[in-house]
Amino acid sequence: MKRLVNTFVLITMILIFCPKCLSEEPPLRIGFVSFLSGPASSDYGIPARNAAMAIVSSLNAGAAPNPHNMRGFSGRQIELVFIDEAGGTTKQVTEFNQLVLRHKVDFVIGYLSSANCLAIAPAAERLKVLTILMDCGSAQVFEENNYKYVFRTRSHATMDAIAGAKYLLKIFPEIENFSGINPNYAYGQESWRDWNAVMKVLAPKVESQSSHMTKLGTGHFNSEISSLLTKKSQLIHSSLWGGDLKAFLIQAKARGLFKSTRLLLVAGEPNLQKLSGFIPDGTIVGARGMSSGMLDNQSDLNMWLKSIFKKETGETASYPVYSVANAILGLKKAYEKARLSKLQKAVPMADVAGVQEGMKEAYSPPNTQQIIESFENLSYETPNGKVSMIQGNGHQAVHGTSYGVTRTLEGKVNIENILFFPAKEVQPPGNTKSLDWIRNRLPTRNP
Amino acid sequence: MISFLAILIDGLIYSSWLFIIAAGLTLIYGVMKILNIAHGSLYALGAYTAASLSGLWLSMGFAPIGSFVIMLLSAILVGIILGPIIERGLLRFMYGRDEIVLVLVTYALFLILEDVIKLIWGVNPYYLYQPYALLGSFEILGLTYPNYNFLLLGSAVFTGLSLTWFLQKTQQGKILIAVIHDSEIAAAQGINVEKFYLITFTLGATLAALGGVLTAPMISVQPGIGAETIVLAFAVVVVGGLGSLPGAALAALVIGLVRAGTVHIIPELDLFSVYLVMATVLIFRPKGLFSSQEERKI
Repeated sequence: MKRLVNTFVLITMILIFCPKCLSEEPPLRIGFVSFLSGPASSDYGIPARNAAMAIVSSLNAGAAPNPHNMRGFSGRQIELVFIDEAGGTTKQVTEFNQLVLRHKVDFVIGYLSSANCLAIAPAAERLKVLTILMDCGSAQVFEENNYKYVFRTRSHATMDAIAGAKYLLKIFPEIENFSGINPNYAYGQESWRDWNAVMKVLAPKVESQSSHMTKLGTGHFNSEISSLLTKKSQLIHSSLWGGDLKAFLIQAKARGLFKSTRLLLVAGEPNLQKLSGFIPDGTIVGARGMSSGMLDNQSDLNMWLKSIFKKETGETASYPVYSVANAILGLKKAYEKARLSKLQKAVPMADVAGVQEGMKEAYSPPNTQQIIESFENLSYETPNGKVSMIQGNGHQAVHGTSYGVTRTLEGKVNIENILFFPAKEVQPPGNTKSLDWIRNRLPTRNP
Repeated sequence: MISFLAILIDGLIYSSWLFIIAAGLTLIYGVMKILNIAHGSLYALGAYTAASLSGLWLSMGFAPIGSFVIMLLSAILVGIILGPIIERGLLRFMYGRDEIVLVLVTYALFLILEDVIKLIWGVNPYYLYQPYALLGSFEILGLTYPNYNFLLLGSAVFTGLSLTWFLQKTQQGKILIAVIHDSEIAAAQGINVEKFYLITFTLGATLAALGGVLTAPMISVQPGIGAETIVLAFAVVVVGGLGSLPGAALAALVIGLVRAGTVHIIPELDLFSVYLVMATVLIFRPKGLFSSQEERKI
């Protein structure tokens, strides 16, 4: 009751002393960076851009369900400025500077590539722009650095290795050896490093036979496939994705690699249907979270996201769509929390002498510092469940993930035997480094 | 034994692919003294054209084997349309300028063509996987190889032998060697040098496109594939000696075998292996394996 009275008093005072406070504020500009060309564009970058357009349009109209139903960000409209993530890290840092200095964006959301995330984070700190990394999997971003202006609303890739190994040992406990083929950059290298570390802890007798690190966009996998055929490993671990994954599957299938070897794709779930006809039955696939393909839920938020994306593109929402939702809704929540916090603080201090200034300050938009404070350690609802920013000093999200095995029926790839792994089982607590946690404290429970 | 055999076969397959692309590049340099960076775009255009036309052929329900003919026609189409347009429309205005200027011109063209590709085909990848498995496969010591790989090998051998025969056994080829040797003297003898420039560039463009066409069934055809390829093709041409066809063949073979060996034996050095070969060769033979003695003009 007291809160209701306070709010009433606050609004009345705003109307009396600061009528301009309620006039329309300029829109917030968000730079949105995703792959619009190159190997990651069709499966990740373009769906991400389309998702951003659909989500922002719906938020601007106030059409999202609770708890994100307020128009825009606290009533402020949102504008997007799109940038292509392709072209390498040097280009991306230049583009980032352009976004901030020329396009005058208030925030930046984006980045799929771990290499780009690692390059952009220092630039965001230098320019003091709140930047949300929406996807990249490298744990290095926050484990090796302490950023103030950078947040990541997707869990890093350590959970893929831990959940993948636990799942594998549950369904295939007799495994004796494995090999790997991964992309040769931060994400692929960390993926393989974590996988080996986890297997050494959970199944120390299982032999790691060979590792191939392939250049992104390489296309030619003949030698790697021959090497894997000669090794005759029981399992191939891979974090390949996009065009490289499909090229590998085309060539490996034609050469019969999967006749005696099981495949484990840590990031296999996104756009799985595009691999129909190539992905062998029994492939273990990870979801990198809780996206729609594997663990669909019936929440209002999920239904909303699926319907607006379908309306915008005619397609089914996939993994990158959920990454974008996590990032935009996280920023919205932090912004609105910061604004509400200012308003709530204003009520008790609204003495008659300084009320006009007090109201102006209370109703003015939150600054970057205030939004950052709200964002740190935030927990918020997303279409695929609750995301908690509890790692990396409150800047890194954690959430659970799921694994399953593929089975193609009538041209459609289905995922069966799905297991969900809660965040606390597959993520190190607090600010613990992933590798230290895996080596020293990962519970070695019998699967 | 099985690893040795795998290295040999994988190396030969990779060498074949490298040679087909590098042959066009070295031919153009040999005759026109142009390091054509746009070669990578012509490779990509070949792959895209093949993916589109052969994809159309297959989707219309025609005999799948016919897709090979469509693939070949795609390479020829790209070569005979774009080759003359680029040579007559752009490069002929640059003849006589410094080689560095020509590198910059072809680099600019490469960037333009990369965007043209995005304009025409968009940024989504194209797939033409059907021909890859169409010819069946064979097994040797437990290793399965699609016969398509041997089509690649055969194409490289055919390309090398045809070019050698053309240059050494035909009158036009001998005239071309005269142009390669000294275009000014050749012109003074009444040879239409510009005509040979046009033919050479068209042939080189067709070979680049053929490389793309033959690669399309194995990969995801997407923006950026040209940039990846041109770097490797340059490595082959530099190792072989700029402008030398036998040099390109030997360099492709060495690089292919070394890379395959590295993948099997020391996979950590995979990405480095190509450049290791290049660095080693250039330390001892700064102008490549088959560089000819340069005449000193007074």
